[in-house]
Amino acid sequence: MDMLNVALPKGRLGEKVYAMFEKAGFECPSIKENSRKLIFENEKVGVRYFWVKPSDVAIYVERGAADIGVAGKDILLEYQPDVYELFDLNIGICKMAVAAKKGFRDDTRKTLKVATKFANIAKNHYAAQGRDIDIIHLNGSIEIAPILNLSDVIVDIVETGTTLKENNLEVIEDVVPISARLIANKANFKFKSEPIERIVKGLSEQTEAKND
Amino acid sequence: MEIKNLVFEGEELSALRLGSLYRKYGYSQYKMSKFEQYDLYVRNKDFLISDSVITFTDTNGKLMALKPDVTLSIIKNSKTGEGIKKVYYDENVYRVSGPTHAYKEIRQLGLECIGDVDDYCICEVVSLAAASLKSVSDNCVLDVSHIGIVSELAQAFGIDAENKKEILRAFGEKNVHEASALCKSCGVCEDKIDVLKKLISMHGSPKKVLPALCELVGEYVSKDALSTLSLVTEQAEKNGFGDMISIDFSVINDMKYYNGIVFKGFVKGVSDGVLSGGQYDNLMQRMNKKAGAIGFAVYLDMLSMLSENTDDFDVDTVVVYGENASADEVGQLVRKILGEGKTVLAVKSIPEKLRYREKITLA
Repeated sequence: MDMLNVALPKGRLGEKVYAMFEKAGFECPSIKENSRKLIFENEKVGVRYFWVKPSDVAIYVERGAADIGVAGKDILLEYQPDVYELFDLNIGICKMAVAAKKGFRDDTRKTLKVATKFANIAKNHYAAQGRDIDIIHLNGSIEIAPILNLSDVIVDIVETGTTLKENNLEVIEDVVPISARLIANKANFKFKSEPIERIVKGLSEQTEAKND
Repeated sequence: MEIKNLVFEGEELSALRLGSLYRKYGYSQYKMSKFEQYDLYVRNKDFLISDSVITFTDTNGKLMALKPDVTLSIIKNSKTGEGIKKVYYDENVYRVSGPTHAYKEIRQLGLECIGDVDDYCICEVVSLAAASLKSVSDNCVLDVSHIGIVSELAQAFGIDAENKKEILRAFGEKNVHEASALCKSCGVCEDKIDVLKKLISMHGSPKKVLPALCELVGEYVSKDALSTLSLVTEQAEKNGFGDMISIDFSVINDMKYYNGIVFKGFVKGVSDGVLSGGQYDNLMQRMNKKAGAIGFAVYLDMLSMLSENTDDFDVDTVVVYGENASADEVGQLVRKILGEGKTVLAVKSIPEKLRYREKITLA
């Protein structure tokens, strides 16, 4: 039998996602053994899981190394991979937002300096407003950019807002809500639609039960 | 090892097979130059898979482009009012290729049927697309859709042009959750959202899908679209491709150019579509041609993912000759080995990691 290859994002979100897959009938007990292995198989149910860096899940799926995977909407918006987005798992909920120093006033006479990890999302957001911006691409600790006057604002993921508060920043505008999505390789879906649809069904039963 | 397979591998073999398939149906080859005026692509940017084009200035000062696409050039050069023109092409195009985000030379093979396109032409082209896939691999799927169905449905539900684009994107992603959220924000009622959700998830063999489809959208969509879809899939089945045809509404080509039947082909083992096409009457109109058209392209570069190099040996015989061996002696031996139908490599020392069946040393 053809195995279904599933790319899971390493970390807390990935563990939550696995628990949902397990409940949907795609269990793989070996994944819970504490080891440094990255690939786990359960031939009985025909599934193979592997842990990858969250931002890489979309790459594994787009290139077909994984049939399906779970990635944040932020990654999908930023890299725009050519994949099916089959289901909103409604976990890992947060938002993409614009933040600035408390009391910031946008001077529209000047080009806005935006520090972010998500250059495309920021570009599209401001293009829709017709605002001229200067993107400063950073890879982490985005919050310090406005403090050091590297940028006017930042575009970043906001979960609870604690990091922002502790650095004297505040959200000035929401960009888009984010949550974890089940994605599938378009070509592989044609040949493995049966197990993939079984997973979608299993997952949707769980989120519906949660909503009730 | 057969000499035939040695010479024509992967891409080359597929190209030859496809060319001969199209000639069987009376399509003639259309050869063209590598350059085209850049102007043509600026006017039809969205038709291209990627809008990056390699340009250069010609000796007369005109801005030229290395062809990123063949269809536009064929349309430009087609004369209308000539009945029907059936051509196929096998050309290199230059564009940014999929996930690599870099320019590539891509061999593209395809066919176009331009002029008085009737039901038979549409059926023939779809069946040829199916046959093209089959000639590459037995394990393949041709997704067929009708753009009119999705478009008319969106219209019937009162979704405006801007949101229609978003709905189409959601169809392309099989994105049920975002489509329904979008419809809700447009004020579409729950019953109709349900119809849309079902349509997005709908896929499978025509036998299974068609009756359910008619029941689902029959009251919102014109009979024409549904009957064309059923005619095309029925004819493909009669041509022996029933098992590989699937109706799937995630095949969404740009509505500015395409109308009617659209399709996309997949082969097991290749992570992206290898064939794509459809009816592009709208593009013809945009280019001031009063005619219909349908065609498709096969992306041969994608097929390289399929060719597993199963050869166990690089060469059958390796002849190792020493300083004292004369050219005549080596030549004689090589001729003898070739005469036995084997491949031969004559060297003084064996290259590292060379895999060979036998070794003959000539002192």
